[in-house]
Amino acid sequence: MDSWAQATLALQLLAIDPGLGGITIRARTGPVRDKLLEQIDPSAQRIHPAISDDALFGGLDLSATLASGQLVQERGILDTKGPLILTMAERANTGLAARLAMALDKGNDHVLIALDEGAEPDEALDPKLAERLAFHVDLSEVSVREIVKENLTNTRVGVRRFADVCPTKKCMVQITEIAAQLGITSLRAPLFALRAARAHAALSGRNKIESEDIEIACALTLAHRATRIPEPAPQEPEAPPPEQSDSDNENNNLDIPDELLLDAVRALLPDNLLDQLTAQKARQSRGNGSGAARKGNRRGRPLPSRAGRISDGARIDIISTLRAAAPWQTIRRKAAGKSGLHIRQNDIYIKRFEEKSDRLLIFTVDASGSSALTRLAEAKGAVELLLAQAYARRDHVSLVAFRGTGAELMLPPTRSLVQTKRRLAALPGGGGTPLAAGMMTAFEQALQSRQRGLTPTIAVLTDGRANIALDGTADRKQAATDAQQVGRSLRGQGIDVLVIDTGNRPEPALRNLAQTMDAMYLPLPRADAQQLSKSVANALGD
Amino acid sequence: MTPFPFSAIVGQDEMKQAMILTAIDASIGGVLVFGDRGTGKSTAVRALAALLPPIKAIKNCPVNSDKAAGVPNWANLKTKRLHEIPTPVVDLPLGATEDRVTGALDIEKALTKGEKAFQPGLLARANRGYLYIDEVNLLEDHIVDLLLDVAQSGENVVEREGLSIRHPARFVLVGSGNPEEGELRPQLLDRFGLSVEVTSPKEIETRVEVIKRRHAFENDNSAFMLRWQAEDAAIRDRILKARKSLKKLKTPDKTLTDVAELCLALGSDGLRGELTLLKAARAYAAWRDDTALTRAHVRDVAPMALRHRLRRDPLDEAGSSTRVARTVEDVLG
Repeated sequence: MDSWAQATLALQLLAIDPGLGGITIRARTGPVRDKLLEQIDPSAQRIHPAISDDALFGGLDLSATLASGQLVQERGILDTKGPLILTMAERANTGLAARLAMALDKGNDHVLIALDEGAEPDEALDPKLAERLAFHVDLSEVSVREIVKENLTNTRVGVRRFADVCPTKKCMVQITEIAAQLGITSLRAPLFALRAARAHAALSGRNKIESEDIEIACALTLAHRATRIPEPAPQEPEAPPPEQSDSDNENNNLDIPDELLLDAVRALLPDNLLDQLTAQKARQSRGNGSGAARKGNRRGRPLPSRAGRISDGARIDIISTLRAAAPWQTIRRKAAGKSGLHIRQNDIYIKRFEEKSDRLLIFTVDASGSSALTRLAEAKGAVELLLAQAYARRDHVSLVAFRGTGAELMLPPTRSLVQTKRRLAALPGGGGTPLAAGMMTAFEQALQSRQRGLTPTIAVLTDGRANIALDGTADRKQAATDAQQVGRSLRGQGIDVLVIDTGNRPEPALRNLAQTMDAMYLPLPRADAQQLSKSVANALGD
Repeated sequence: MTPFPFSAIVGQDEMKQAMILTAIDASIGGVLVFGDRGTGKSTAVRALAALLPPIKAIKNCPVNSDKAAGVPNWANLKTKRLHEIPTPVVDLPLGATEDRVTGALDIEKALTKGEKAFQPGLLARANRGYLYIDEVNLLEDHIVDLLLDVAQSGENVVEREGLSIRHPARFVLVGSGNPEEGELRPQLLDRFGLSVEVTSPKEIETRVEVIKRRHAFENDNSAFMLRWQAEDAAIRDRILKARKSLKKLKTPDKTLTDVAELCLALGSDGLRGELTLLKAARAYAAWRDDTALTRAHVRDVAPMALRHRLRRDPLDEAGSSTRVARTVEDVLG
C-alpha cells in the first residue's frame, strides 16, 4: 500500500471512529496535500500555531462587546464538533500541544488533522500530541501524477456498523504482541491499532475482525512508532507484500502466525527509521527552551506599550489606553448620544516586556587521537563539572564532538543532565582532528539556537593540531585555513567563543585562531578537571 | 465523559499507593509521577477525583471555603450556605498565562460595567483540593516561581492593575512528566511529598489486560463502570476509615530514630524528608489497618518519600531509586 492509499484509508477510518484521535500528514503545501484535504469534511475548522486561548476555548468578543455595550461571548473552536485542521503543525509550541492533547484526552469526538510541513527531520509535530494521534503518513514523496482517483467506500455504513464489531481476545493479544515486538512501550499504540482494526472491519462491511484488518491497522498505526526493527522471519527475509497473505486464508482467519502480520508492518517501516529515531530524540530534548521569544508581553523589562489587540496573555496598559481614547470622548459622546467613557478597539494599548533569553553552552570537544591519548578523559570530567554548574544556572547545554573526518552533534540543546552525561560517557576517541568541521557544527547549532531565542556561547576544547580539512581530506595546511575561515564567520555573527587549549604545550596556532574569533583563549597545560572548570566559570563571568 | 476508574488501572501499584496516601493525609504534600508516555499517568490522576471523598464548602465560593467568614469579600456572595462538592482537581495546562493561574482584573466587568472586579484563577479553584500539572518539567520558569511561592505561603497575592487581593490557596500538587525531556528544579521537586517512577508493563498478559479494560470502558461503559465504581467506592471507604484511625495511631520513638537515621544516611536536604517519610509511613499503616507503626511501614514507603530528595550527583550513574533501596537495606536491615 503506497502512502497515498494509506492516507485516504486513514481518513476514512477516522470518519468511522473519531476515537482514533487524528492523523499527522507530513507534506509540504502543494497539489498532493490539497487533493487529500478535499476528502475531509468541509466543515472542518482550521487552527494555526499562534492561535489564542480565546479562539480555542471561547471568550469575550471584544469588538462586539464594545460596540453593543453588552457582554458578547465568542464560541471557542474546541466547543464545536467536527474535525480540526492544525496547519504548520511543526510550529505548534509545547503550550498549544498540551492544550490540544488535553482536548483530545477529554474525548469530545474531536479529530485532529495535523499538517506537518517540517523540512528537517527535527522539525515535526510535538511528540506529546503525535502520541495521541493514531496515524502518521508521509506524502512528501508522492507526486500528483501517481494519485489515482479512487472510488471511496461510503463510510456511513461503517459508522453504523462500527459499534457491532467485537474484537476477540485473540486479536487483542496479537496486536499487543506486535506492538511489543516493534519496541513500542506506550500502551496507546495497541489501543489505536485495535480501534483501527475495528474501523477497518466496519468499513469492509464485516462484523468480525479478520487478519486483513489487523494487518492494515498495525501497518497504519504502529509502523511509525516502531523503535526497533523486529527480527526478520528466518525462512523469508524479504518482506512479502501485504496483499499476499489474505488470498489463501479466508477460512482460517485469525490463525495466521504473528510473523506474517509483523512482516506487513515491517514492509511499511520507513527506510530511514534510524534517522527518524535520532530526530525524535532531538525533538524530545527540546524542552521549554523552544521558541523562547525575546520580546514578550508578560514579563521582563518593560518596553513602551503599543497599540494592539487584546489577545491571550496580553495585558492592557490602562493609562495609555485612556490617553489614546481621551481626545475622542466629546465626539464619541455626541455620536453615540450616550455619556460615559467611550473606548474603541483601536484605542487599546498593550504592555510589552523584554525578557533576557536563556543561555546555551555548546561544548565542542576534540575527541581525536592526539587528544584521546592525553586529555579526553580530563575534558570529559571538566564538561561534567561545568554541566553541574550549568544545571544550577538553568543554562541549556549542547555537545558537539569532532574526530576522524567529521563532527557530530552528540546532543541537541537540552537541560537534561542525565542525557548529557550519558552521551558524554559514550563519547569515543581516536582519529584525526577536523577542528574546522567541529567549529562549523557548533556554529550551525549556535545560529539555530539563536532563532529559538537562546543566547549561545561556544566552548571549544582542543589541542589545536588541526589536520583534517572541512571536506574530510587529510591536509594540515588546508585544515588550518578552513578553521580560520569558520572562525571569521563566527566572529561575523558575534557569537561568544571560548577556546581551551588542552595540549601539553600552548599551541600558537590556536591562540591565533582565538584572536580571529575574538575569543578568550585559555591555555591549560596539564590541568585537572577542577581547575579547567574553574577557569571556564571565571571566563564566563560568574 | 466520566474518567477511567482508578481501581481498573492495571498494575502501577506504587503510583496508586502514593495517590491513596496523599488522599488519606493531604499534609504529606503532592505526588510527582515520572515516566514514559502512555503509561497511564494522566489516567491515574484524572481518576483520582472520583476517589476523593466530597468536601463541605460554601455554595459558589470561589475559593471553596468551608466557613462563611472565609468567603472573600470580592466574591460578593449574598447567601452563604454550605453544601457538598467533590474535592476539586484542577488541571493547570502547560503554557497557561499568569493571569489564568493567579487570577486578574475581570476585563468583562471592567469594560461592560466599569467595575473593578477580580476574576479568580486556577489557584483559587484548586484551594482545598488538588492541582494537577501534566508535563510539569516543561512548565515555564516564571509559573514555577509563582507556584513555589504560593505553595510555600498557602496564600495567593495579586497586586496588579490596581487590584490588591489575597486569598487562601492550599492545594496538593500532583505533577507528571517525562524525565527525558528535562529536569525539575530541586526547589520544586522538594514541594512534592512523594515521587514515583512508572514504566510501561513488560509482560504481554498485563498489556493485553490493559487493552481489554480500556476497550470495555469505551464500548461497554455502563457495565464496566458499574463493576469498577463499586471497587472505587470500596477504596474511598477505606480511605475514610484510614483517616479516622490515623488520628489514633501512635508513633513509637524507635520509628522516629529509624526515620532520622535513614534520612541522615541518605543526606537528604532539610527536614522535610523526615517529616514526609514519617507522615507517609503513618498513612500507610492506617491504610493497612495496622495498629502500630513499625519498621516495615517505613521501609515500604521510603523509596517514594525520599528518592527525589537526594543531592544530585552528576557522576553517579545509578539512579536515585537504587541509592535509596541500598541505603534502606543498610540502615534498616
